[in-house]
Amino acid sequence: MSFHPNEVARRARIATWVLGGALGVLVTAFFRTQIIRNQEWSLRSEENRLREVPLPAPRGNIFDRTGRIIAENVVGYTVSLLPQSLDSLRATLQRVGQMVPLSKGETDAALRRYRRNPVRPTVILPDASFEEISVLEEHRIDFPNLIIQSSPKRYYPDGPAVAAFVGTVGEVSDSELAQPAYADYKPGQLIGKQGLEREYETTLRGREGSRFVEVDARGRVVREVGAREDLQPQQGQPVYTNVDLDLQEYIAHLFADSLAGGAVALDPRTGAVLALYSAPSWDPNQFVGGVSYAYYDSLLHDPRAPLYNKATQGTYPPGSTWKLATAVIGLEDSLVTMDSKMPQPCTGRYLFGNRYWQCWEPTGHGALTLGGAIEKSCDVYFYQLGLRIGLGRLIAGGLQLGFNQPSGIDLPEDNRPRFPDRLKYFDEKYGPRGWTAGATVMNMSIGQGENSQTVVDMAKFYTALAEGGIEATPQIRTMAPVRKRVFDLTPDAQAAIRSALMGVVEAGGTAASAQIKGVMLAGKTGTAQTGVFRNGVELNHAWFAGFAPADDPEIVVAVMIQFGGHGPRAARIASSIIGHYLKTTPTMLLETGG
Amino acid sequence: MSRGGRIRLDWPLVATAFVLSLYGIAVVYSAGQTDVPTAVAHAYRQQIVWFALGLGAAYLVSRASVRLLEWGTVPAYAATIAVLVLLLFVGRGSGTAAGTKSWLVVGGVRLGQPSELAKITVVMMLAKVLAANKNAPRSLVELWKPGVIVGLPWLLIMLQPDLGTGIVFVGIFFVMLFWTGVRWELLVLLASPVVSLVLAFSTGLWGAWFLLLLALVVWYKPYVWESVFLVGANVVSGVVAPLIWNHLEPYRQARFKAFLDPSSDPLRTGYHVIQSQVAIGSGGWLGKGFTMGTQKRLAFLPEQHTDFIFSVVGEELGFVGVTVALALFGFLFYRTVRVAARASDSYSSLVAFGLLGLWFTHVMENVGMTLNLTPVTGIPLPFFSYGGSFMFSCWLAVGILARISSEGRGGSEGQIAL
Repeated sequence: MSFHPNEVARRARIATWVLGGALGVLVTAFFRTQIIRNQEWSLRSEENRLREVPLPAPRGNIFDRTGRIIAENVVGYTVSLLPQSLDSLRATLQRVGQMVPLSKGETDAALRRYRRNPVRPTVILPDASFEEISVLEEHRIDFPNLIIQSSPKRYYPDGPAVAAFVGTVGEVSDSELAQPAYADYKPGQLIGKQGLEREYETTLRGREGSRFVEVDARGRVVREVGAREDLQPQQGQPVYTNVDLDLQEYIAHLFADSLAGGAVALDPRTGAVLALYSAPSWDPNQFVGGVSYAYYDSLLHDPRAPLYNKATQGTYPPGSTWKLATAVIGLEDSLVTMDSKMPQPCTGRYLFGNRYWQCWEPTGHGALTLGGAIEKSCDVYFYQLGLRIGLGRLIAGGLQLGFNQPSGIDLPEDNRPRFPDRLKYFDEKYGPRGWTAGATVMNMSIGQGENSQTVVDMAKFYTALAEGGIEATPQIRTMAPVRKRVFDLTPDAQAAIRSALMGVVEAGGTAASAQIKGVMLAGKTGTAQTGVFRNGVELNHAWFAGFAPADDPEIVVAVMIQFGGHGPRAARIASSIIGHYLKTTPTMLLETGG
Repeated sequence: MSRGGRIRLDWPLVATAFVLSLYGIAVVYSAGQTDVPTAVAHAYRQQIVWFALGLGAAYLVSRASVRLLEWGTVPAYAATIAVLVLLLFVGRGSGTAAGTKSWLVVGGVRLGQPSELAKITVVMMLAKVLAANKNAPRSLVELWKPGVIVGLPWLLIMLQPDLGTGIVFVGIFFVMLFWTGVRWELLVLLASPVVSLVLAFSTGLWGAWFLLLLALVVWYKPYVWESVFLVGANVVSGVVAPLIWNHLEPYRQARFKAFLDPSSDPLRTGYHVIQSQVAIGSGGWLGKGFTMGTQKRLAFLPEQHTDFIFSVVGEELGFVGVTVALALFGFLFYRTVRVAARASDSYSSLVAFGLLGLWFTHVMENVGMTLNLTPVTGIPLPFFSYGGSFMFSCWLAVGILARISSEGRGGSEGQIAL
């Protein structure tokens, strides 16, 4: 009897229990989800609806020694998208492109940024103009996942004048991201690319902030403000430098567009870098927010290689400016005094082995003391001095003077100069019978051969000459000077070297044209052979390194003009630099040979 | 008993259904309140219209004697089958289930989803057939008639295809067999091939189940060929089916899955369920506030006005809101059991219990789906989900239950004369 009352009552009881049990299971499941695991799901819900839009931090300003601004931030605009997929990004870019022209490079860059970091808003215009912003704002409704925000933009008021040391900023690259040093960088962030911007990245960087926008399931921005409190960005720390911006601008003006080369001005007492310039220069402002293909291409294809820093990266045979190193090594070893004369007076050439070695002055200098030889830059004298010192000692002395080491300047572009680190270097390079010590030491003693120095290296060596053997490490940022004694000469010898260097720029010396009225300038020209010929004439690098005032040096200047002919040309520039710095008018330039 | 056209109204039952409907309409209203422009912004107005229509239908049907219903059962069932067959040719899809043929459209006007009404006519037809039995069926062969009655519309609906509604038919079938007095052992045996199919993914679990089944067969002692058939069916669904399945190319598997349930894009189903859990889980005790659910507002929650409407309850009204809703359902079910137990005859009793089975299957499947306890099949939640046909048929059911309740006897349960 399936519908016997007792049966029905029993089944109704069972049904009630089963129903109650089933609903109980549901309530338990909801309790578990909503109460026990609430935090987990709430987090997921927040992640769903909020998109973090980074607020880039303004980088720290960079100041010169007088407080003038070298690098600052101005208001810029970035335009980003919150795409759902690569395809939707492509489609949106195409539509944006109808309002605001987008180059293929910009489109590719945006797609690359998205692939690198799909969570971060994809920047499509890192540096949008006001007109572009206006057009996009007008069509805002058509681009619901568009984010326009003002963001600090790096600006270098002096642009090309300061590029050589300040560098520039750009988006962090894949290879940089792969390095442990940049572990806390995210794709899309800005990073110092060269110069001080890179050297002091951690100081200048600041801390990125965040803004939260609310998005719907399709990534469209629903609420721009108030979804969650913003995290304000923190500006980076300023960097105060030793640079004299006025001098820097003056040097840039001197080099103009026609010359290629480098110039470094140091305070010999502290190593403070007063100016550092590489010509031709480039405009770091062009690199902020992504360099245009045309501009970058023009820099890459310029035969004078503007992006290659000729003050700190390029190494060039120092030529006669290095004769002072030969002299110092000889004096320190007491192989020579300032009054020593060499066995053979200069007749314009010197017979060694089975061939004649030329002096730059074909008519010869006659019998000279060391002082006179420095003044006249006599090659024949230095051939013999080199032979007297010997190759091993010359190399050891060069190493002691730091010619094998980078200058230590606080720039990432501080190249190691080329200088043999030991005698075996020649065996390894040319084979044991491929070279002779005599020829090598003669070449090296006049600053040729296996010896290429950066401009800043030579400036550093001349701080030691200016300061009686105490060398100062070049420093751009204002900080405690690093000084080191690299040679020790008697006060008499030092005075004699100084007067010899003064002789160089006095009438009759090789750099007489560089004389400055009222200030005693001490310095040495150099003409470095390059082996590059044009129209049968060798295109030499012109060098000058010197300091002033000679009796109490305040500034050391090293100038190198690439393929610039003879040393005096560099000397004229150096004297102008010094004259400008010391607020003195240069005397009328006297053209002399050498 | 009715007196002069008036009925003794089962107030608790009707009031509960009424409160559930108001609750549901409020949530449908909230489902339209989004930050993203949505087509369902004004769906609640339509829902109110259907609610009113449902109330009217319930009133009318409660005027009619149960005998009239019983008399009309066979024609209604026949008409249902005819419409379902017709649908296979003229049916249209809708929304996420655009590929199915569940909608009856005449002259461009969407009349409704006949399968919703089919659930009620199948309940009535099953009740008529089962009530005719003096004794409860004791063997599989005795179940052929009810099997065909459910199987025929089930097949037609699976051809639409609409897996969710198909599951409801199975639920109704088992629930009504239970109420008619079929022993649980037979119900287990009947369900065993499906259980085998579900457990087939794990050899160990299926093995254990198979041993249990053998013991049950020995104990219940069905006819010999029935035993052979049952064991064979279990072996086929538990061993052979997975083997064939594994040998199918993935794209064929995908097609088969899509055939079974086109309403849920396989790639998006997982996403939907996760978003539903995020919505519910982030609700906490009291929820984010009525209409304030962010998952819903920002369109992370799919089908927030139909299949996943209960997720909106969970997100905006929290655990408290969920518990209130489930308690209302629980009370409705309890009152329905009471109606079935006190019905004046076995037909009425079976109809009442069948309607309970209908609602219960819907609630368990729909609510379970929002927490990923049951597979996503896309069936609506009674009184809540936006949709005219189902709102209408739910209130039709309330009307039938009210009538049965008024014809039934007061006092203790189990006053049914055979």
